[in-house]
Amino acid sequence: MASKKDQFISACATLAKGEAGNTGEWRAKRPIIDLSKCTPCKKQKDTCYLCWLYCPDGTVKRGIPIEIDLQYCKGCGVCAQVCPTKAIRMEVEEQFVLSECVIQEEVE
Amino acid sequence: MSKVQIINGNETAAMGAKLCRVQVIAAYPITPQSKIPETLVKYVESGELAAEFIRVESEHSALTVCISASTVGARVFTATAANGLAYMHEQLHWAAGARLPIVMALANRGLGAPWTIFNDMQDSISQRDTGWMQVYCRDNQEIMDSIIMAYKICEQLHVPMMVCFDGFVLSHTVMPVEIPDQKQVDAFLPSYVPHLQVDGPEPININPVMLADPRANAQGVSCPSYMGFRMRLQETLESAGDVILNVGREFGEVFGRSYECLLWKYRTEGADTILLTMGSLANEASLAVDALREKGWKAGVVALRVFRPFPAATLRQALSKAKHVVIFDKNISYGNEGATCTETKAALFEGGLRPTITNYIVGLGGKNVAAADLEAATIKSVEQKGQVSTPQWIGVAV
Repeated sequence: MASKKDQFISACATLAKGEAGNTGEWRAKRPIIDLSKCTPCKKQKDTCYLCWLYCPDGTVKRGIPIEIDLQYCKGCGVCAQVCPTKAIRMEVEEQFVLSECVIQEEVE
Repeated sequence: MSKVQIINGNETAAMGAKLCRVQVIAAYPITPQSKIPETLVKYVESGELAAEFIRVESEHSALTVCISASTVGARVFTATAANGLAYMHEQLHWAAGARLPIVMALANRGLGAPWTIFNDMQDSISQRDTGWMQVYCRDNQEIMDSIIMAYKICEQLHVPMMVCFDGFVLSHTVMPVEIPDQKQVDAFLPSYVPHLQVDGPEPININPVMLADPRANAQGVSCPSYMGFRMRLQETLESAGDVILNVGREFGEVFGRSYECLLWKYRTEGADTILLTMGSLANEASLAVDALREKGWKAGVVALRVFRPFPAATLRQALSKAKHVVIFDKNISYGNEGATCTETKAALFEGGLRPTITNYIVGLGGKNVAAADLEAATIKSVEQKGQVSTPQWIGVAV
């Protein structure tokens, strides 16, 4: 019988960043920004921000320099596609994971 | 005071929804159901019914409107048929998964291609696995009563229901229908309380991604996993038979017509031959049984009033004395056989019952089914001791 407090009837989530988990964990490619080519950085003013506008997950933060939240970036590459100065390139995630592991081991 | 009116099935369905004081209606016209939204619009425009009738561009949108309105606590109603129901398919799953007590009137019609506007049950049978309950009506009175009971059942279980009735055969045929008294319906139906409060102080995200395993949400509270929702819906449908029986009994106490049954039976006392079917075809089967009884046969009719949840145990009981079961399906699961035949066999397997079973596909696309056809088919299958290869087709004129 259905009850109003049954957790398996009312599926709901709070509205919060990270509610669906760290989706960046399964990224295959990572965006790398060449700040020397990035328009806001070059001009030192709030301009362009097409990557921010197009990011389907809202992981790009406007500013000088722009920042990408890698915890939630899924690596779709839309930012790299829309960047008018080709300042963003997508690199295979594995190499970073490996190098991060190496760094961690060294620290330990 | 209740009164009797001579009305068709569509008008009956609309009147039933009105008596339940539905608050939001969204439906798209499709033959043979169009008269239902047309009638409801008249009620709303004339002020007879305090409801919002939302005009939509498709059946998919109609059900989406119903889902939204039901989520926030409105009693909602829709109606469709055939390809319109098929177009709702995605949202049918959503409505059941979101546990919304939506009631839909369904004027059963065959599916294209090629086009047909006429009656069979291919449309609703194709949607049997969506999590909706399904009841099938034999006459217009059952349409009226089933819709009123549907709200009470659905709102208790938080599961939607299709009230199915044969297109044209019932939707366009006038017959006397006792219209229940509004005050009695009001007393019979408690108000609808949704299982989720969406207008609380904190905003919530409804039916988000549920992962395969439980996980902590952003606030560190553990959230359940996907399969649990599926299992609970199944458990609820497993227990739904008892709720349907209770509501059917209560209905009888208030309105004088009891529906404390999942099957409808006719002359089954001492019967060793059972004609099994659904909907208005049960009436034809009754005539066939009368003729068979005249000839000395011990024949009876069992009709599935409730198809989902499937009343397997009740059906086993009803067929426990049968030597021959002849099943008439107004639908077919292509590449296999009629749906009620498959499900009946599965129900009998558990009880170790082995009557001969013959399956006939009948009445597709509005093909008339006469009682004499059912009688002849029964005699043929019993004489051949169920050794007739099935499914057999009746009424295919070449």
